[in-house]
Amino acid sequence: MASAEEVAEQAERREIRGRWLLSAPALIIILLAATGPLLIVVIYSFLTPGPYGDVVWKFSTDGWLSVVMQRDIFDDTLAFADAHLSIFWRSAKLSFLTTIFTLLFGFPTAYFIATRPARQRDIWLFLITIPFWTNLLIRTFAIQEVIRNEGIVNTVLIKLGIISQPIQMMFTDFALMVGMTYVYLPLMVLPLYASMEKIDFRLVEAGYDLYANRFQVLRRVIIPLVKPGIVAGSILVFIPALGAYVTPRVLGGTKNMMLGNLIELQFGQGRNWPLGSALSISLMAIVMVALLVYVRAAGRQGGTHG
Amino acid sequence: MASRFDIRRQTGFATIAMICFFALYLPIITLVVYAFNAGSSIAIWEGVSLRWFYQAWNNNQVVDASIRSLQISSVAAVVSTIVATMAALATTRTKPYPGLGFKYAFINQPLMVPEIVTAVALLIFFSRIKIWTGYSGLGYLMVAHTAFCIPFAYLPIRARLENMDLTLEIAAADLYATPWKAFRRVTFPLLWPGILAGLMLAFVISLDDVVITEFVKSGGQDTLPTYMLGQFRRFITPEINAISTVFLLISILIVTVFFFISRKKDQE
Repeated sequence: MASAEEVAEQAERREIRGRWLLSAPALIIILLAATGPLLIVVIYSFLTPGPYGDVVWKFSTDGWLSVVMQRDIFDDTLAFADAHLSIFWRSAKLSFLTTIFTLLFGFPTAYFIATRPARQRDIWLFLITIPFWTNLLIRTFAIQEVIRNEGIVNTVLIKLGIISQPIQMMFTDFALMVGMTYVYLPLMVLPLYASMEKIDFRLVEAGYDLYANRFQVLRRVIIPLVKPGIVAGSILVFIPALGAYVTPRVLGGTKNMMLGNLIELQFGQGRNWPLGSALSISLMAIVMVALLVYVRAAGRQGGTHG
Repeated sequence: MASRFDIRRQTGFATIAMICFFALYLPIITLVVYAFNAGSSIAIWEGVSLRWFYQAWNNNQVVDASIRSLQISSVAAVVSTIVATMAALATTRTKPYPGLGFKYAFINQPLMVPEIVTAVALLIFFSRIKIWTGYSGLGYLMVAHTAFCIPFAYLPIRARLENMDLTLEIAAADLYATPWKAFRRVTFPLLWPGILAGLMLAFVISLDDVVITEFVKSGGQDTLPTYMLGQFRRFITPEINAISTVFLLISILIVTVFFFISRKKDQE
Protein backbone atom coordinates (compact mmCIF):
# COMPACT_ATOMS: atom_id res chain seq x y z
CA MET A 1 0.00 0.00 0.00
CA ALA A 2 1.29 3.40 -0.93
CA SER A 3 1.76 5.74 1.97
CA ALA A 4 0.59 9.35 1.78
CA GLU A 5 4.19 10.38 1.41
CA GLU A 6 4.70 8.17 -1.60
CA VAL A 7 1.54 9.50 -3.23
CA ALA A 8 2.70 13.07 -2.73
CA GLU A 9 6.11 12.21 -4.10
CA GLN A 10 4.59 10.64 -7.17
CA ALA A 11 2.38 13.66 -7.77
CA GLU A 12 5.40 15.92 -7.51
CA ARG A 13 7.37 13.80 -9.95
CA ARG A 14 4.44 13.88 -12.35
CA GLU A 15 4.28 17.65 -12.09
CA ILE A 16 7.99 18.04 -12.80
CA ARG A 17 7.65 15.74 -15.80
CA GLY A 18 4.73 17.86 -17.02
CA ARG A 19 6.78 21.02 -16.71
CA TRP A 20 9.64 19.51 -18.70
CA LEU A 21 7.19 18.45 -21.38
CA LEU A 22 5.71 21.95 -21.50
CA SER A 23 9.09 23.63 -21.92
CA ALA A 24 10.46 21.01 -24.32
CA PRO A 25 9.51 22.71 -27.63
CA ALA A 26 11.30 25.95 -26.68
CA LEU A 27 14.36 24.06 -25.45
CA ILE A 28 14.52 21.91 -28.58
CA ILE A 29 14.28 24.88 -30.96
CA ILE A 30 17.03 26.75 -29.10
CA LEU A 31 19.18 23.62 -29.00
CA LEU A 32 18.65 23.11 -32.72
CA ALA A 33 19.18 26.68 -33.91
CA ALA A 34 21.36 28.37 -31.30
CA THR A 35 23.24 26.26 -28.77
CA GLY A 36 23.93 23.20 -30.91
CA PRO A 37 25.44 25.11 -33.82
CA LEU A 38 27.78 26.87 -31.36
CA LEU A 39 29.27 23.50 -30.43
CA ILE A 40 29.81 22.82 -34.13
CA VAL A 41 31.78 26.09 -34.35
CA VAL A 42 34.09 24.78 -31.63
CA ILE A 43 34.64 21.58 -33.64
CA TYR A 44 35.20 23.51 -36.87
CA SER A 45 37.89 25.64 -35.26
CA PHE A 46 40.02 22.46 -35.01
CA LEU A 47 39.66 21.33 -38.63
CA THR A 48 41.49 22.08 -41.89
CA PRO A 49 40.12 24.68 -44.32
CA GLY A 50 38.63 23.29 -47.54
CA PRO A 51 39.66 24.75 -50.90
CA TYR A 52 36.32 26.52 -51.55
CA GLY A 53 35.23 27.32 -48.04
CA ASP A 54 33.84 24.75 -45.60
CA VAL A 55 36.35 22.30 -44.08
CA VAL A 56 38.26 19.11 -44.64
CA TRP A 57 37.72 16.66 -41.76
CA LYS A 58 41.30 16.57 -40.63
CA PHE A 59 42.34 17.72 -37.16
CA SER A 60 44.47 20.87 -37.14
CA THR A 61 45.29 23.66 -34.73
CA ASP A 62 46.13 26.04 -37.59
CA GLY A 63 42.83 27.86 -37.19
CA TRP A 64 43.72 28.83 -33.64
CA LEU A 65 47.36 29.51 -34.52
CA SER A 66 46.34 31.90 -37.30
CA VAL A 67 44.48 34.03 -34.80
CA VAL A 68 47.86 35.31 -33.65
CA MET A 69 50.37 33.84 -36.11
CA GLN A 70 50.89 33.97 -39.82
CA ARG A 71 52.33 31.15 -41.91
CA ASP A 72 54.84 32.31 -44.47
CA ILE A 73 53.67 31.18 -47.92
CA PHE A 74 57.25 30.56 -49.14
CA ASP A 75 59.10 28.68 -46.41
CA ASP A 76 56.11 27.66 -44.27
CA THR A 77 57.56 29.18 -41.11
CA LEU A 78 55.32 30.74 -38.50
CA ALA A 79 55.71 34.36 -37.59
CA PHE A 80 53.89 36.47 -35.06
CA ALA A 81 51.26 38.50 -36.91
CA ASP A 82 49.61 41.46 -35.30
CA ALA A 83 46.97 42.01 -38.03
CA HIS A 84 44.26 40.07 -36.20
CA LEU A 85 45.34 41.19 -32.75
CA SER A 86 45.16 44.82 -33.83
CA ILE A 87 41.55 44.25 -34.95
CA PHE A 88 40.80 42.66 -31.56
CA TRP A 89 42.36 45.66 -29.89
CA ARG A 90 40.49 48.13 -32.13
CA SER A 91 37.18 46.41 -31.44
CA ALA A 92 37.78 46.38 -27.70
CA LYS A 93 38.89 50.03 -27.72
CA LEU A 94 35.98 51.27 -29.85
CA SER A 95 33.45 49.26 -27.83
CA PHE A 96 34.87 50.62 -24.59
CA LEU A 97 34.78 54.20 -25.89
CA THR A 98 31.22 53.67 -27.15
CA THR A 99 30.26 52.51 -23.65
CA ILE A 100 31.88 55.59 -22.10
CA PHE A 101 30.23 58.02 -24.54
CA THR A 102 26.78 56.45 -24.24
CA LEU A 103 27.19 56.66 -20.46
CA LEU A 104 28.28 60.33 -20.56
CA PHE A 105 25.28 61.30 -22.69
CA GLY A 106 22.85 58.67 -21.42
CA PHE A 107 23.27 59.36 -17.70
CA PRO A 108 22.00 62.98 -17.78
CA THR A 109 19.27 61.98 -20.24
CA ALA A 110 18.00 59.15 -18.04
CA TYR A 111 18.22 61.42 -14.98
CA PHE A 112 16.28 64.12 -16.79
CA ILE A 113 13.49 61.66 -17.66
CA ALA A 114 13.42 60.16 -14.16
CA THR A 115 12.99 63.58 -12.53
CA ARG A 116 10.07 64.71 -14.71
CA PRO A 117 6.52 64.62 -13.30
CA ALA A 118 4.96 61.15 -13.77
CA ARG A 119 2.76 62.12 -16.72
CA GLN A 120 5.59 63.73 -18.71
CA ARG A 121 7.90 60.83 -17.96
CA ASP A 122 5.91 58.46 -20.17
CA ILE A 123 6.24 60.79 -23.15
CA TRP A 124 10.02 61.16 -22.81
CA LEU A 125 10.39 57.44 -22.29
CA PHE A 126 8.33 56.80 -25.39
CA LEU A 127 10.66 59.12 -27.36
CA ILE A 128 13.63 56.95 -26.26
CA THR A 129 11.76 53.74 -27.08
CA ILE A 130 11.10 54.65 -30.73
CA PRO A 131 14.77 54.81 -31.80
CA PHE A 132 15.38 51.72 -29.65
CA TRP A 133 12.95 49.68 -31.74
CA THR A 134 13.85 51.27 -35.06
CA ASN A 135 15.83 48.98 -37.33
CA LEU A 136 19.55 49.25 -36.61
CA LEU A 137 20.30 49.40 -40.30
CA ILE A 138 17.93 52.32 -40.81
CA ARG A 139 19.49 54.22 -37.91
CA THR A 140 22.99 53.55 -39.23
CA PHE A 141 21.89 54.78 -42.63
CA ALA A 142 20.30 57.86 -41.03
CA ILE A 143 23.46 58.84 -39.15
CA GLN A 144 25.42 58.34 -42.36
CA GLU A 145 23.25 60.99 -44.03
CA VAL A 146 24.31 63.42 -41.32
CA ILE A 147 28.08 62.83 -41.41
CA ARG A 148 28.62 62.19 -45.13
CA ASN A 149 30.68 64.65 -47.15
CA GLU A 150 27.42 66.08 -48.54
CA GLY A 151 25.64 65.52 -45.23
CA ILE A 152 24.02 68.06 -42.93
CA VAL A 153 27.07 68.69 -40.73
CA ASN A 154 29.36 69.55 -43.63
CA THR A 155 26.67 71.53 -45.49
CA VAL A 156 25.91 73.66 -42.43
CA LEU A 157 29.59 74.24 -41.66
CA ILE A 158 30.29 75.30 -45.27
CA LYS A 159 27.22 77.59 -45.40
CA LEU A 160 28.39 79.23 -42.19
CA GLY A 161 31.81 79.74 -43.74
CA ILE A 162 33.60 77.83 -40.97
CA ILE A 163 35.15 75.38 -43.43
CA SER A 164 35.59 75.59 -47.20
CA GLN A 165 36.12 71.89 -47.90
CA PRO A 166 33.88 69.15 -46.49
CA ILE A 167 35.52 67.29 -43.62
CA GLN A 168 35.97 63.62 -44.49
CA MET A 169 34.26 61.82 -41.61
CA MET A 170 32.92 58.69 -43.26
CA PHE A 171 35.08 55.55 -43.21
CA THR A 172 37.07 56.73 -40.20
CA ASP A 173 37.18 55.60 -36.58
CA PHE A 174 35.44 58.86 -35.75
CA ALA A 175 32.46 57.93 -37.95
CA LEU A 176 32.35 54.54 -36.27
CA MET A 177 32.41 56.12 -32.81
CA VAL A 178 29.63 58.58 -33.67
CA GLY A 179 27.57 55.84 -35.32
CA MET A 180 27.93 53.31 -32.50
CA THR A 181 27.25 55.90 -29.81
CA TYR A 182 24.16 56.94 -31.76
CA VAL A 183 22.74 53.45 -32.30
CA TYR A 184 23.50 52.14 -28.78
CA LEU A 185 22.45 55.22 -26.77
CA PRO A 186 18.88 54.00 -26.06
CA LEU A 187 20.34 50.70 -24.83
CA MET A 188 22.16 52.69 -22.12
CA VAL A 189 19.34 55.09 -21.23
CA LEU A 190 16.68 52.42 -20.57
CA PRO A 191 18.46 50.46 -17.78
CA LEU A 192 19.79 53.71 -16.28
CA TYR A 193 16.25 55.07 -16.16
CA ALA A 194 14.98 51.85 -14.59
CA SER A 195 17.32 52.25 -11.63
CA MET A 196 16.97 56.04 -11.34
CA GLU A 197 13.21 55.80 -11.17
CA LYS A 198 13.63 54.10 -7.80
CA ILE A 199 15.89 56.75 -6.22
CA ASP A 200 14.66 57.84 -2.82
CA PHE A 201 15.16 61.60 -3.02
CA ARG A 202 15.03 61.90 0.77
CA LEU A 203 18.60 60.60 0.66
CA VAL A 204 19.51 63.45 -1.68
CA GLU A 205 17.82 65.88 0.68
CA ALA A 206 19.80 64.43 3.56
CA GLY A 207 22.95 65.00 1.53
CA TYR A 208 22.13 68.68 1.12
CA ASP A 209 21.28 68.94 4.83
CA LEU A 210 24.80 67.73 5.51
CA TYR A 211 26.17 70.64 3.46
CA ALA A 212 27.00 68.71 0.31
CA ASN A 213 26.93 70.72 -2.91
CA ARG A 214 25.25 69.51 -6.13
CA PHE A 215 28.35 67.81 -7.45
CA GLN A 216 29.03 66.04 -4.17
CA VAL A 217 25.43 64.82 -4.02
CA LEU A 218 25.75 63.50 -7.56
CA ARG A 219 29.03 61.75 -6.86
CA ARG A 220 28.42 60.48 -3.33
CA VAL A 221 24.66 59.83 -3.31
CA ILE A 222 23.10 59.52 -6.78
CA ILE A 223 25.83 57.61 -8.63
CA PRO A 224 26.22 54.94 -5.91
CA LEU A 225 22.42 54.49 -5.86
CA VAL A 226 22.15 53.92 -9.61
CA LYS A 227 25.26 51.77 -9.91
CA PRO A 228 23.30 48.62 -10.88
CA GLY A 229 21.83 50.57 -13.78
CA ILE A 230 25.26 51.83 -14.83
CA VAL A 231 26.68 48.31 -14.80
CA ALA A 232 23.68 46.84 -16.65
CA GLY A 233 23.69 49.59 -19.29
CA SER A 234 27.44 49.25 -19.82
CA ILE A 235 27.21 45.52 -20.39
CA LEU A 236 24.19 45.96 -22.69
CA VAL A 237 26.18 48.40 -24.84
CA PHE A 238 29.62 46.78 -24.65
CA ILE A 239 28.61 43.27 -25.76
CA PRO A 240 26.74 44.12 -28.97
CA ALA A 241 29.34 46.81 -29.76
CA LEU A 242 32.12 44.22 -29.55
CA GLY A 243 30.38 41.97 -32.05
CA ALA A 244 29.06 44.84 -34.19
CA TYR A 245 28.79 43.96 -37.85
CA VAL A 246 26.33 46.29 -39.58
CA THR A 247 27.54 49.66 -38.28
CA PRO A 248 31.26 49.11 -39.11
CA ARG A 249 30.32 47.71 -42.50
CA VAL A 250 28.26 50.77 -43.45
CA LEU A 251 30.27 53.50 -41.70
CA GLY A 252 33.77 52.09 -41.38
CA GLY A 253 34.54 50.88 -44.88
CA THR A 254 36.99 48.07 -45.55
CA LYS A 255 39.97 49.56 -43.73
CA ASN A 256 38.20 50.14 -40.44
CA MET A 257 37.19 46.59 -39.75
CA MET A 258 35.93 45.29 -36.46
CA LEU A 259 35.87 41.72 -35.15
CA GLY A 260 32.45 41.00 -36.64
CA ASN A 261 33.66 41.97 -40.10
CA LEU A 262 36.88 40.00 -39.72
CA ILE A 263 34.85 36.90 -38.87
CA GLU A 264 32.60 37.45 -41.88
CA LEU A 265 35.66 37.87 -44.10
CA GLN A 266 36.95 34.42 -43.14
CA PHE A 267 33.63 32.82 -44.05
CA GLY A 268 33.41 34.78 -47.32
CA GLN A 269 36.40 35.83 -49.39
CA GLY A 270 38.92 34.43 -46.90
CA ARG A 271 37.54 30.88 -47.25
CA ASN A 272 39.13 29.96 -43.94
CA TRP A 273 36.27 28.60 -41.87
CA PRO A 274 38.48 27.16 -39.09
CA LEU A 275 40.08 30.56 -38.55
CA GLY A 276 36.67 32.22 -38.66
CA SER A 277 35.42 29.69 -36.09
CA ALA A 278 38.42 30.26 -33.83
CA LEU A 279 37.84 34.04 -34.03
CA SER A 280 34.15 33.54 -33.19
CA ILE A 281 34.99 31.45 -30.12
CA SER A 282 37.54 34.08 -29.04
CA LEU A 283 34.89 36.79 -29.34
CA MET A 284 32.49 34.67 -27.30
CA ALA A 285 35.16 34.10 -24.67
CA ILE A 286 35.68 37.86 -24.26
CA VAL A 287 31.92 38.34 -23.93
CA MET A 288 31.72 35.59 -21.30
CA VAL A 289 34.47 37.30 -19.29
CA ALA A 290 32.58 40.61 -19.52
CA LEU A 291 29.38 38.89 -18.36
CA LEU A 292 31.22 37.23 -15.50
CA VAL A 293 32.54 40.60 -14.35
CA TYR A 294 28.96 41.89 -14.59
CA VAL A 295 27.50 39.04 -12.56
CA ARG A 296 30.15 39.56 -9.87
CA ALA A 297 29.57 43.31 -9.81
CA ALA A 298 25.80 42.78 -9.63
CA GLY A 299 26.27 40.18 -6.90
CA ARG A 300 28.39 42.54 -4.83
CA GLN A 301 25.76 45.23 -5.30
CA GLY A 302 23.03 42.89 -4.09
CA GLY A 303 25.22 42.00 -1.10
CA THR A 304 25.69 45.54 0.14
CA HIS A 305 22.13 46.71 -0.36
CA GLY A 306 20.09 43.59 0.22
CA MET B 1 16.56 83.72 -4.18
CA ALA B 2 13.99 83.92 -6.92
CA SER B 3 13.35 80.24 -7.42
CA ARG B 4 13.04 77.54 -4.80
CA PHE B 5 15.99 75.22 -4.39
CA ASP B 6 15.14 72.06 -6.34
CA ILE B 7 16.97 69.08 -4.85
CA ARG B 8 16.46 67.01 -7.98
CA ARG B 9 18.10 69.43 -10.37
CA GLN B 10 21.63 68.82 -11.63
CA THR B 11 23.32 71.62 -13.53
CA GLY B 12 23.57 70.99 -17.25
CA PHE B 13 21.71 67.67 -17.23
CA ALA B 14 18.58 69.03 -18.90
CA THR B 15 20.71 70.63 -21.62
CA ILE B 16 22.55 67.39 -22.35
CA ALA B 17 19.22 65.52 -22.38
CA MET B 18 17.82 67.97 -24.94
CA ILE B 19 20.96 67.58 -27.08
CA CYS B 20 20.49 63.79 -26.91
CA PHE B 21 16.87 63.91 -27.99
CA PHE B 22 17.78 66.33 -30.77
CA ALA B 23 20.67 64.10 -31.91
CA LEU B 24 18.50 60.97 -31.75
CA TYR B 25 15.80 62.44 -33.96
CA LEU B 26 17.71 64.70 -36.37
CA PRO B 27 19.10 61.81 -38.48
CA ILE B 28 15.77 59.95 -38.52
CA ILE B 29 13.85 63.09 -39.52
CA THR B 30 16.40 63.90 -42.25
CA LEU B 31 16.01 60.38 -43.58
CA VAL B 32 12.23 60.74 -43.73
CA VAL B 33 12.33 64.22 -45.28
CA TYR B 34 14.61 63.11 -48.12
CA ALA B 35 12.28 60.23 -48.91
CA PHE B 36 9.99 62.92 -50.32
CA ASN B 37 12.72 64.50 -52.47
CA ALA B 38 11.77 64.98 -56.10
CA GLY B 39 15.40 64.78 -57.25
CA SER B 40 17.46 61.61 -57.38
CA SER B 41 20.04 62.72 -54.81
CA ILE B 42 19.95 62.09 -51.08
CA ALA B 43 21.85 65.36 -50.56
CA ILE B 44 20.28 68.01 -52.83
CA TRP B 45 16.68 68.97 -52.19
CA GLU B 46 14.60 69.46 -55.34
CA GLY B 47 11.05 69.73 -54.09
CA VAL B 48 8.36 67.44 -52.72
CA SER B 49 7.34 64.29 -54.56
CA LEU B 50 6.11 60.80 -53.85
CA ARG B 51 8.04 59.35 -56.79
CA TRP B 52 10.42 57.25 -54.68
CA PHE B 53 7.56 55.63 -52.76
CA TYR B 54 5.97 54.89 -56.11
CA GLN B 55 9.22 53.47 -57.48
CA ALA B 56 9.78 51.25 -54.42
CA TRP B 57 6.18 50.03 -54.71
CA ASN B 58 6.86 49.00 -58.31
CA ASN B 59 10.27 47.47 -57.59
CA ASN B 60 9.76 43.73 -57.70
CA GLN B 61 12.82 43.04 -55.57
CA VAL B 62 11.50 45.32 -52.82
CA VAL B 63 8.02 43.81 -52.96
CA ASP B 64 9.39 40.25 -52.91
CA ALA B 65 11.74 41.06 -50.02
CA SER B 66 8.85 42.65 -48.08
CA ILE B 67 6.63 39.63 -48.59
CA ARG B 68 9.46 37.31 -47.54
CA SER B 69 10.13 39.46 -44.45
CA LEU B 70 6.48 39.29 -43.46
CA GLN B 71 6.29 35.52 -44.01
CA ILE B 72 9.37 34.82 -41.91
CA SER B 73 8.48 37.27 -39.13
CA SER B 74 4.88 36.07 -38.85
CA VAL B 75 5.87 32.43 -38.57
CA ALA B 76 8.75 33.21 -36.18
CA ALA B 77 6.60 35.48 -33.99
CA VAL B 78 3.66 33.06 -33.74
CA VAL B 79 5.74 29.91 -33.15
CA SER B 80 8.16 31.55 -30.70
CA THR B 81 5.26 33.06 -28.73
CA ILE B 82 3.47 29.73 -28.45
CA VAL B 83 6.54 27.80 -27.28
CA ALA B 84 7.61 30.72 -25.04
CA THR B 85 4.17 30.77 -23.39
CA MET B 86 4.44 27.06 -22.70
CA ALA B 87 7.96 27.49 -21.35
CA ALA B 88 6.87 30.43 -19.19
CA LEU B 89 4.04 28.35 -17.71
CA ALA B 90 6.57 25.61 -16.97
CA THR B 91 9.07 27.89 -15.24
CA THR B 92 6.98 30.26 -13.12
CA ARG B 93 5.09 29.96 -9.85
CA THR B 94 6.71 26.69 -8.97
CA LYS B 95 8.87 25.31 -6.25
CA PRO B 96 12.47 25.14 -7.49
CA TYR B 97 12.95 21.78 -9.19
CA PRO B 98 16.02 20.15 -10.73
CA GLY B 99 16.77 21.76 -14.08
CA LEU B 100 14.89 25.03 -13.47
CA GLY B 101 18.03 27.20 -13.44
CA PHE B 102 19.30 25.34 -16.47
CA LYS B 103 16.07 26.16 -18.31
CA TYR B 104 16.38 29.89 -17.56
CA ALA B 105 19.94 29.95 -18.82
CA PHE B 106 19.08 27.89 -21.87
CA ILE B 107 16.09 29.98 -22.90
CA ASN B 108 18.08 33.21 -22.54
CA GLN B 109 21.17 31.80 -24.26
CA PRO B 110 20.53 33.52 -27.63
CA LEU B 111 20.70 36.88 -25.80
CA MET B 112 24.15 36.19 -24.33
CA VAL B 113 26.01 35.31 -27.52
CA PRO B 114 27.00 38.05 -30.01
CA GLU B 115 24.74 37.87 -33.05
CA ILE B 116 27.62 37.43 -35.49
CA VAL B 117 28.73 34.26 -33.67
CA THR B 118 25.24 32.76 -33.80
CA ALA B 119 25.10 33.78 -37.47
CA VAL B 120 28.29 31.92 -38.49
CA ALA B 121 27.28 28.95 -36.33
CA LEU B 122 24.01 28.71 -38.25
CA LEU B 123 25.82 29.23 -41.55
CA ILE B 124 27.99 26.18 -40.87
CA PHE B 125 25.14 24.05 -39.52
CA PHE B 126 22.56 24.86 -42.20
CA SER B 127 25.01 24.64 -45.10
CA ARG B 128 25.66 21.02 -44.07
CA ILE B 129 21.93 20.28 -43.85
CA LYS B 130 21.33 21.96 -47.21
CA ILE B 131 23.81 19.56 -48.82
CA TRP B 132 22.31 16.51 -47.08
CA THR B 133 18.67 17.26 -47.73
CA GLY B 134 18.79 19.41 -50.84
CA TYR B 135 16.13 21.65 -49.29
CA SER B 136 17.00 25.35 -49.47
CA GLY B 137 13.68 27.07 -48.79
CA LEU B 138 12.70 29.70 -46.24
CA GLY B 139 12.44 27.03 -43.50
CA TYR B 140 15.97 27.63 -42.24
CA LEU B 141 15.33 31.33 -41.81
CA MET B 142 12.06 30.61 -40.03
CA VAL B 143 13.69 28.20 -37.57
CA ALA B 144 16.63 30.54 -36.93
CA HIS B 145 14.34 33.54 -36.37
CA THR B 146 12.08 31.51 -34.09
CA ALA B 147 15.07 30.53 -31.93
CA PHE B 148 16.34 34.05 -31.29
CA CYS B 149 12.80 35.41 -30.82
CA ILE B 150 11.99 32.94 -28.02
CA PRO B 151 13.73 34.89 -25.20
CA PHE B 152 12.07 38.14 -26.32
CA ALA B 153 8.62 36.54 -26.28
CA TYR B 154 9.40 34.70 -23.03
CA LEU B 155 10.37 37.75 -20.92
CA PRO B 156 7.08 39.74 -20.98
CA ILE B 157 4.99 36.56 -20.64
CA ARG B 158 6.98 35.42 -17.62
CA ALA B 159 6.78 38.88 -16.06
CA ARG B 160 3.01 38.85 -16.47
CA LEU B 161 2.69 35.34 -15.00
CA GLU B 162 4.79 36.20 -11.98
CA ASN B 163 2.55 39.14 -11.11
CA MET B 164 -0.60 37.08 -11.47
CA ASP B 165 -2.75 36.09 -8.55
CA LEU B 166 -2.67 32.35 -8.02
CA THR B 167 -5.82 32.28 -5.84
CA LEU B 168 -8.08 32.69 -8.87
CA GLU B 169 -6.91 29.38 -10.28
CA ILE B 170 -7.31 27.69 -6.91
CA ALA B 171 -10.83 29.11 -6.75
CA ALA B 172 -11.53 27.68 -10.20
CA ALA B 173 -10.28 24.29 -9.03
CA ASP B 174 -12.52 24.53 -5.96
CA LEU B 175 -15.43 25.06 -8.33
CA TYR B 176 -14.62 21.72 -9.99
CA ALA B 177 -12.92 23.14 -13.07
CA THR B 178 -10.52 20.72 -14.71
CA PRO B 179 -6.92 22.02 -14.98
CA TRP B 180 -7.46 22.64 -18.69
CA LYS B 181 -10.72 24.51 -18.08
CA ALA B 182 -9.08 26.61 -15.37
CA PHE B 183 -6.32 27.48 -17.77
CA ARG B 184 -8.67 28.34 -20.63
CA ARG B 185 -11.20 30.34 -18.61
CA VAL B 186 -8.98 31.91 -15.94
CA THR B 187 -5.24 31.84 -16.60
CA PHE B 188 -5.26 32.45 -20.33
CA PRO B 189 -7.48 35.57 -20.36
CA LEU B 190 -5.33 37.10 -17.59
CA LEU B 191 -2.15 36.19 -19.43
CA TRP B 192 -3.33 37.48 -22.79
CA PRO B 193 -1.81 41.00 -22.62
CA GLY B 194 1.58 39.45 -21.84
CA ILE B 195 1.26 37.06 -24.76
CA LEU B 196 0.30 39.91 -27.07
CA ALA B 197 3.30 41.96 -25.90
CA GLY B 198 5.60 38.98 -26.43
CA LEU B 199 4.17 38.40 -29.89
CA MET B 200 4.80 41.99 -30.92
CA LEU B 201 8.32 42.07 -29.50
CA ALA B 202 9.15 38.85 -31.33
CA PHE B 203 7.69 40.22 -34.55
CA VAL B 204 9.71 43.48 -34.43
CA ILE B 205 12.91 41.65 -33.46
CA SER B 206 12.51 39.23 -36.35
CA LEU B 207 11.54 41.96 -38.83
CA ASP B 208 14.64 43.99 -37.90
CA ASP B 209 17.17 41.20 -38.08
CA VAL B 210 20.01 41.71 -40.55
CA VAL B 211 23.03 39.70 -39.44
CA ILE B 212 21.60 36.21 -38.91
CA THR B 213 19.41 36.50 -42.04
CA GLU B 214 22.39 37.64 -44.12
CA PHE B 215 24.36 34.52 -43.16
CA VAL B 216 21.57 31.95 -43.23
CA LYS B 217 19.70 32.93 -46.42
CA SER B 218 20.22 31.06 -49.68
CA GLY B 219 20.61 32.92 -52.95
CA GLY B 220 17.63 35.10 -53.87
CA GLN B 221 16.17 35.01 -50.35
CA ASP B 222 16.65 38.64 -49.43
CA THR B 223 14.48 40.07 -46.69
CA LEU B 224 13.86 43.81 -46.58
CA PRO B 225 16.84 44.55 -44.27
CA THR B 226 19.32 42.38 -46.23
CA TYR B 227 18.08 43.91 -49.48
CA MET B 228 18.79 47.37 -48.03
CA LEU B 229 22.23 46.29 -46.80
CA GLY B 230 23.02 45.13 -50.34
CA GLN B 231 21.96 48.49 -51.74
CA PHE B 232 24.52 50.39 -49.65
CA ARG B 233 27.28 49.07 -51.88
CA ARG B 234 25.75 50.81 -54.89
CA PHE B 235 24.67 54.29 -55.76
CA ILE B 236 22.06 55.18 -53.18
CA THR B 237 18.86 56.93 -54.29
CA PRO B 238 16.05 58.23 -52.08
CA GLU B 239 14.26 54.95 -52.81
CA ILE B 240 16.09 53.55 -49.78
CA ASN B 241 14.80 56.50 -47.75
CA ALA B 242 11.27 55.77 -48.91
CA ILE B 243 11.57 52.09 -47.93
CA SER B 244 13.09 53.07 -44.58
CA THR B 245 10.25 55.53 -43.95
CA VAL B 246 7.57 52.89 -44.48
CA PHE B 247 9.55 50.42 -42.36
CA LEU B 248 9.90 53.07 -39.65
CA LEU B 249 6.16 53.74 -39.67
CA ILE B 250 5.40 50.05 -39.19
CA SER B 251 7.86 49.84 -36.26
CA ILE B 252 6.43 52.98 -34.64
CA LEU B 253 2.92 51.59 -34.99
CA ILE B 254 3.86 48.32 -33.31
CA VAL B 255 5.86 50.07 -30.57
CA THR B 256 2.94 52.42 -29.86
CA VAL B 257 0.50 49.53 -29.48
CA PHE B 258 3.03 47.70 -27.30
CA PHE B 259 3.54 50.82 -25.18
CA PHE B 260 -0.17 51.16 -24.49
CA ILE B 261 -0.60 47.47 -23.70
CA SER B 262 2.21 47.52 -21.15
CA ARG B 263 0.85 50.76 -19.67
CA LYS B 264 -2.54 49.23 -19.21
CA LYS B 265 -0.85 46.37 -17.41
CA ASP B 266 0.67 48.81 -14.91
CA GLN B 267 -2.65 50.39 -14.10
CA GLU B 268 -4.41 47.15 -13.26
